[in-house]
Amino acid sequence: MQVTITINGQRYDHDVEARTLLVHYIREHAGLTATNVGCDTSSCGACTVHLDGEAVKSCTILAAQADGGSVTTVEGLAKNGEMHPMQKAFMENHGLQCGFCTPGMVMAAIGLLKENPDPTEEEVRLGLEGNLCRCTGYHNIVKSVLAAAKK
Amino acid sequence: MIPAPFEYKRAASAEEAISLVGQYGDEAKLLAGGHSLLPLMKLRLAQPAVLVDIGRVKDLSYVKDAGDHVAIGALTRHMDVETSAVLKQHVPLLAHAAGHVGDAQVRHRGTIGGSIAHADPASDLPATTLALGATYVVQGPKGRREIAAQDFFKGFLESALAADEMLVEIKVPKMNGAGWSFQKFNRRAQDWAIVGVAAWRRNGASGVALVNMGSTPVLASAVSAALAGGASIADAAALAADDADPQSDLNASVEYRTHLARVLVRRALEDASK
Repeated sequence: MQVTITINGQRYDHDVEARTLLVHYIREHAGLTATNVGCDTSSCGACTVHLDGEAVKSCTILAAQADGGSVTTVEGLAKNGEMHPMQKAFMENHGLQCGFCTPGMVMAAIGLLKENPDPTEEEVRLGLEGNLCRCTGYHNIVKSVLAAAKK
Repeated sequence: MIPAPFEYKRAASAEEAISLVGQYGDEAKLLAGGHSLLPLMKLRLAQPAVLVDIGRVKDLSYVKDAGDHVAIGALTRHMDVETSAVLKQHVPLLAHAAGHVGDAQVRHRGTIGGSIAHADPASDLPATTLALGATYVVQGPKGRREIAAQDFFKGFLESALAADEMLVEIKVPKMNGAGWSFQKFNRRAQDWAIVGVAAWRRNGASGVALVNMGSTPVLASAVSAALAGGASIADAAALAADDADPQSDLNASVEYRTHLARVLVRRALEDASK
């Protein structure tokens, strides 16, 4: 079936199987491979992107469900060569170790601040409950998000 | 992991969806947010030949004050249930419980109707609406009928919905200031409850339902009967597992679940009595 999705401001039209997941549309059809597939069962959050402005797990959405929608991935955050404040905060606070969870973590964190611009540490931890870091680097991730909220 | 191939149909209205599932019968499944169904399809635990996507039926996404109850459209997403001012005021237990479903990303997609129609005993909202004495409005080719939550859940992932019917609305009685509590015991933040309890209490009346304590969500009728008869919280909570038929799994044995149910019901009733 024909599926049209705008990703990071660019329109993509692809003829895909109905069972194509949004994350595969992003990675394989649009060629944007920053978004990772982790657990593949909507537990780990590595595949988190924004769909029409909200953080979602792209491994549990069919591309067909997102047809006509607008997606932002971590590749779409930088503006004019300037990193997004959340990306900078992760860099400055050592909010990543191996980096696998980072694209999803950054997108979930931006979604969190959109809904709660001035969260407490507890609210950051709760708000990121859907994103797992196998390096267990949560402490610096939470620090990064709190630092980004202050910017 | 990707699901097995299927034919994808998109419905623009409830009527079109019902007509499509009527046409394909047991081969078809309705797809709302997809956060229960798609994981099952990836694991080949469900393999429908046809998916009827109802995610764009926007007129079934609402929360309305309807006098003595609140009417919730079946396609209202968990996040919208959680943040609804009407529900926070009149059915705070449900708004609170919706905030405990999965994680934020899941709550942006999953719907209350999808969760109830999926009839998973480990899900939070089937039990919560059961405790609240909700009524489910279902629509079929011949029109609408109402099913009490108590009569809806028939077995593991089985409900009273016919193959050509669709859940369209959830009617939840207003709580009128009743005390309430939601207890969810799990190992990791976003997990399903190992055991969960939704409870409310006002004067002699109460509603207590259990998550993951059998093949369906369980109404703990013995607890409410004891409370109505003047029993203490401790004595009523001791009956928490009397209506349940829990199973053993990776997380908990039958004995452990039974113990948890009693402890959590006691905590819930104490919390609801504050």
